[in-house]
Amino acid sequence: MSDLVLRLRAAPAFRLDLSPVTPEKLAGQSAASVARMPLACGRRRLPLGEWFDVRGDVGERIVIEGDGTRLDRIGADMKDGQIRIDGNAGAYLGIGMGGGRIDVSGSVDAYAGCGLSGGVVRIQGDAGDFLGAALPGEHKGMRGGLVIVGGRVGDRAGDHMRRGLILAEGSCGDYCGSRMQGGTIATLGACGSRPGFAMRRGTLLFAGPAPVPGPTFNDGGELPLGFLVLLERSWKELPSRFATLARPSTRVRRWLGDLAFGGEGELIHWPG
Amino acid sequence: MIVNGISIDDTFAEAFAMRGTRLVITAHTLGWARTAAVSMTGFATSVIGCGCEAGIECELDARDTPDGRPGVAVLLFATSSSELTKQLERRVGQCVLTSPTSAVFSGIASGRPLPLGKTLRYFGDGHQISKVIGGRRYWRVPVMDGEFIAEDTAPMSDAVGGGNFLILASATSQALAAAEAAIEAMRRVSGAIMPFPGGVARSGSKIGSKYKTLIASTNDAFCPTLRASVKSELGPDVGCVLEIVIDGLTEDAVRNSMQAGLRAVCAAGAAGGIRRLSAGNYGGKLGKFHFPLRALLP
Repeated sequence: MSDLVLRLRAAPAFRLDLSPVTPEKLAGQSAASVARMPLACGRRRLPLGEWFDVRGDVGERIVIEGDGTRLDRIGADMKDGQIRIDGNAGAYLGIGMGGGRIDVSGSVDAYAGCGLSGGVVRIQGDAGDFLGAALPGEHKGMRGGLVIVGGRVGDRAGDHMRRGLILAEGSCGDYCGSRMQGGTIATLGACGSRPGFAMRRGTLLFAGPAPVPGPTFNDGGELPLGFLVLLERSWKELPSRFATLARPSTRVRRWLGDLAFGGEGELIHWPG
Repeated sequence: MIVNGISIDDTFAEAFAMRGTRLVITAHTLGWARTAAVSMTGFATSVIGCGCEAGIECELDARDTPDGRPGVAVLLFATSSSELTKQLERRVGQCVLTSPTSAVFSGIASGRPLPLGKTLRYFGDGHQISKVIGGRRYWRVPVMDGEFIAEDTAPMSDAVGGGNFLILASATSQALAAAEAAIEAMRRVSGAIMPFPGGVARSGSKIGSKYKTLIASTNDAFCPTLRASVKSELGPDVGCVLEIVIDGLTEDAVRNSMQAGLRAVCAAGAAGGIRRLSAGNYGGKLGKFHFPLRALLP
């Protein structure tokens, strides 16, 4: 696989919009022309080479090296190919992504996987607030694809989420799955307050500590749910701690809610 | 051609293009999976009167099913995709959804998708839950013993129906023994089923009838009791004829199944009372799949 490597020389003073940097948008360009490509930085548009050393060939994969905390919209609208970030990434990672794969070795800022409809986003560090959520004013968050977070997830993960899967190996913040309409969020860690607030449908699966549901969730008691085997088996090949999840039984405790919003969503506690 | 003392007619089985699909039915125990499968594939011997032909292909170990429970693979065949769609919905809805602890999954990887859970989900009256897992959509329908899990669609495959052969024996017990041995061997072939009771038909049919309302009637040329009154295919040494009909997802599946059955019958030999092996066809004018018996033996 040929790699195009962008090495960040120093952290930019302002936030940089890296949305033009995807394998498909750069297809056919040389490293030199990539270095001349303008990037939005505040009110200005400056060539990418102002911040990055560019080497390698444009191909299926782009590698971004350095502290990318201020690099926003990496992999935006990506449909194919791979982006690997050796370090942190900024906000809106993979926004609108429909396919391909993004791997981040560090942590990311808010709105990662926002509006995701396909592909895989893997974050080995922490994720900021509104992971897999909808942008303010929009009514559909993540609607497909897979997001894996190795560390902690911020507040309001999966806000307005419609479809897809978020796997959080660490803890989740407050209002996890708020206004959720479908899809699945699973976590191995603890969960903040009011999980599933205003959710209409969808599944929040807690494979670690039990959640503390809000007052608009009804306890459905313990019961076996066969679909958990399908979920567990589908995770076996994933680069995640969820791959080794082994539960002796599908008997779980389940709460239904949010009853103020239709009550067809579910919180499931699946202890080991 | 004589194999182990049995005369093999120089003829062929004529089979037709059909549409087929495979389902995997699982349950809490193999017994309940089998019960659901038997119920679903009941009254499915012939498209002439049942709308479809169906049968149990094999039993599956828990390790080989999508949800890790014991299961049964069933095959369903019809003459058109619309009829297959109708039969699938009715049979799964009435026989699998109703069966305790059951779940149903598609057993074919690709093909035109037929609705499975897609239509059955409405039984959930709005409480059904969709889950896309590993790229496949499943429906969780609340039922009184928990949840009925059904895959959204089941792909349809081009298929072959109507492979057959006839066992001509001296007496009933000998014909039955040979047919049972053939069925036992044929059940080990994947991708094919024998839809008649116990896999065996005693009422082989010919096209047409003296009665205008009937599209098929008894195969008089192979009826021992009519030997003296019609143009019979039977000699004086034949007292009983049984037919085995095979439907398969592929031409090879039907061929392999026929071959396994024919070899099992021939193993019994003339000493087992088997006189001849023959097959049913329409002169090769109606079905595009031909299976010459002599090419399948020894």
